[in-house]
Amino acid sequence: MKYQLEVQPGTTIKNKTGGWRVAKPVVDHEICIGCDMCRKICPEGVCFPTGEKNSKGRIFYDRDLDFCKGCGLCAKECPVTAIKMVDDFK
Amino acid sequence: MILNRLEHRIKNIEHRIMKLNSNRQFLEGSHAVAEIIKLIKPAVVAAYPITPQTHIVEDLAKIKASGAGDFEYINTESEFAAASVLLGASATGVRTYTATCSQGLLLMTEVLFCIAGLRLPVVITCANRSVSAPINIWNDQQDAVTIRDAGWLMLYAETNQEAVDLHLLAYRLAETLRLPVMVNMDGFVLTHTYEPLIMPTQEHVNKFLPAYKAEVGTFLDVKNPVTIGALAYPDSYMEIRKQLADDIYSSSDLIKKYNTEFKKVFGRSIGDNGIVEEYKTKDAEVVLVAMGSVCGTIKEVVDELRERKQKVGLLKIISFRPFVDDEIVKSLGKAKYIAVVDKSISLGSEGILATEIKRAAYNRLKVKIQSFVVGLGGHDVTKEMIEQIVFDIKKDKTSGIHFVGCS
Amino acid sequence: MQEKYKNPFEHLIAPGHTACPGCGQLMSARLVLDTCGPNTIIANATGCLEVTTTKYPTSSWKVPWVHSLFENPSALASGILAALKQKGLDKETNVVAFGGDGSTFDIGFGLISGMWERKENILYICYNTEVYSNTGYQASGATPFDANTTTTPPEKKSMGNNFLRKNMAELAIASGCIYVAQTTCGYPNDIINKVKKALTFTGPKYIEILTTCVPGWGTESEMTVQLGKLAHKTGIYPIFEYYDGEYKAMKIPAPALKVEEYLKYHKRFKHLFKDEKGKEAIAEIQKLADKNIEKYNLS
Repeated sequence: MKYQLEVQPGTTIKNKTGGWRVAKPVVDHEICIGCDMCRKICPEGVCFPTGEKNSKGRIFYDRDLDFCKGCGLCAKECPVTAIKMVDDFK
Repeated sequence: MILNRLEHRIKNIEHRIMKLNSNRQFLEGSHAVAEIIKLIKPAVVAAYPITPQTHIVEDLAKIKASGAGDFEYINTESEFAAASVLLGASATGVRTYTATCSQGLLLMTEVLFCIAGLRLPVVITCANRSVSAPINIWNDQQDAVTIRDAGWLMLYAETNQEAVDLHLLAYRLAETLRLPVMVNMDGFVLTHTYEPLIMPTQEHVNKFLPAYKAEVGTFLDVKNPVTIGALAYPDSYMEIRKQLADDIYSSSDLIKKYNTEFKKVFGRSIGDNGIVEEYKTKDAEVVLVAMGSVCGTIKEVVDELRERKQKVGLLKIISFRPFVDDEIVKSLGKAKYIAVVDKSISLGSEGILATEIKRAAYNRLKVKIQSFVVGLGGHDVTKEMIEQIVFDIKKDKTSGIHFVGCS
Repeated sequence: MQEKYKNPFEHLIAPGHTACPGCGQLMSARLVLDTCGPNTIIANATGCLEVTTTKYPTSSWKVPWVHSLFENPSALASGILAALKQKGLDKETNVVAFGGDGSTFDIGFGLISGMWERKENILYICYNTEVYSNTGYQASGATPFDANTTTTPPEKKSMGNNFLRKNMAELAIASGCIYVAQTTCGYPNDIINKVKKALTFTGPKYIEILTTCVPGWGTESEMTVQLGKLAHKTGIYPIFEYYDGEYKAMKIPAPALKVEEYLKYHKRFKHLFKDEKGKEAIAEIQKLADKNIEKYNLS
């Protein structure tokens, strides 16, 4: 069939939704305690552990700005306020 | 009383004759369908009762309960659910079956469109029945023609033998083309009538219809996780629908091809070519066009009128979808009068088959085509009525619709 | 701009979907699916979750996923399970149905009852936004009392939705579901734990997750999790699970917050803060919350 109806998995990653954003989360890696909260609640699923440790020995987190829509949930819910939303007009 | 006893004795004798030849059986239409489904071996059967389809799913329940079939048998709470269960099962890559009719088919409508749009090879039997209101459980063909635009191949049986044979053809077509197929048989007239027929053997069924193996990457499978049923925007919806339309229309070649194979395996053809059957049309001045069991009555009338030197013939439509214009026009080429006998009506227009024939004939045939509606809601269709149609079409100067036998 | 740290794209719902910023449903669905794992087949109802994740020819889903209609994910799941049984794969595969509240409480209710009656081993998840989100916020059977929706506008002769929401979880229990739970997008760990727990049971399972709909509720995108918490802490939406004949509730830290603390963040309840009539309505809602606290033993 010319138009294959079955769609391949995970292919929306072609659609970079970062352009929707008007504010972006900035993570202070030194404050981050690696609690995993931002990873759990991010509706886009683009907060992730970097695998690198800060000076306190905690694996700190970051986010993928290709997709982040700037909802601000990670900043709001971060238990140690390691994440701040800053203006990101393009 | 005497007649009953006589019928009973005839039945006994026929049973004995059937026993002599294991292939040849004397079966109720519904039972025959259940038997062929048993041999076709679907993996999932969904069931919901509606008259006059019920005997089919009841027989399949017995087949399952007795261990003669090992399919999943799912009792649902509506026809809508039955069709949805089949959609889910078929999307998981297995052979599926259910039977329905009338209100049940209409309740399924939304799912039927989806099954076709998702290119799932589901096969269902429709035991054709009228549609409410008034509520009426008897035969006509209003139900299936009403959903003719859903994207299903639609095949019509004249006899129980054809009903059996068409199910084999249906699965073969469905699984090759990835298109759903509906086998239509007239409710009561076929489903509840005992007829002698040749029930195929398992060996022959296997020879004609290979076990179903869905292509990898087209079904729900954790090893190949595809998405089925995505949202098409205006930039792709029309293209996908056109592909579906093209594939249904071009399926006629495959119907003919599989009918030839069918003939090789079983020694009989389904009509002339799986699409139509011409009956004494070659030199016919009047050709009646019809679908389903009424063709049996018409054939008798044709024979009688031929004895009276009237040039009358019948074109039996087996494949209503696809509606194969070329085959049909070819068969009608010599007629002066075409009487289309419908057991359905598009209210505010005319018989639905009549409209189709007119469309196919447009700019190709110079001939009078008239719509005759018969037998709605189980209304009797007698030989006299058919004769009247042959008489009326030659006499009536208008092209208006006739309701035959309607008081 | 080249980022220093690479997104591992580890979740079973990929980004690039078009859900609103701060969507509680997408957040919850991802938690559910990641917990179920890759050996899962999803039957999804029509709705935001489907529309935002499957723009042809792309898909966010990394597990087998099927959608056909608004009302039938339950029956699709039955068909999938039946097919898997025939293939001998039913024991190793989770069959999960996803529906919103419109699909679950209203249009798909009959088919869900059929699925439950057949006692099939299917996990049904309802993402409850308390409104028909995808069509523009019309009232559903899950819409709370006095809420402003586009089909229950509060005007001179109306305070909003006249009806009390249908209690699907109780209907699930009455229908013989082996595991039933309610939770909210305020508690991601609770969602994970309840899904894990549900999957230990063989039989029909129902989990309803209250998920914030940012535009439908008229709230800020960063409030999604907070509102999930407040719905619980006020008693408006009890969090509990039911199995083996017993309810186990997530307790509310005493004293329970007043319902205003939840209602005030929603545009859909804004009309209740205008006048005396609104005050009376809030008092009614408080009574409903108190009843919940008592009934589910939340305090």
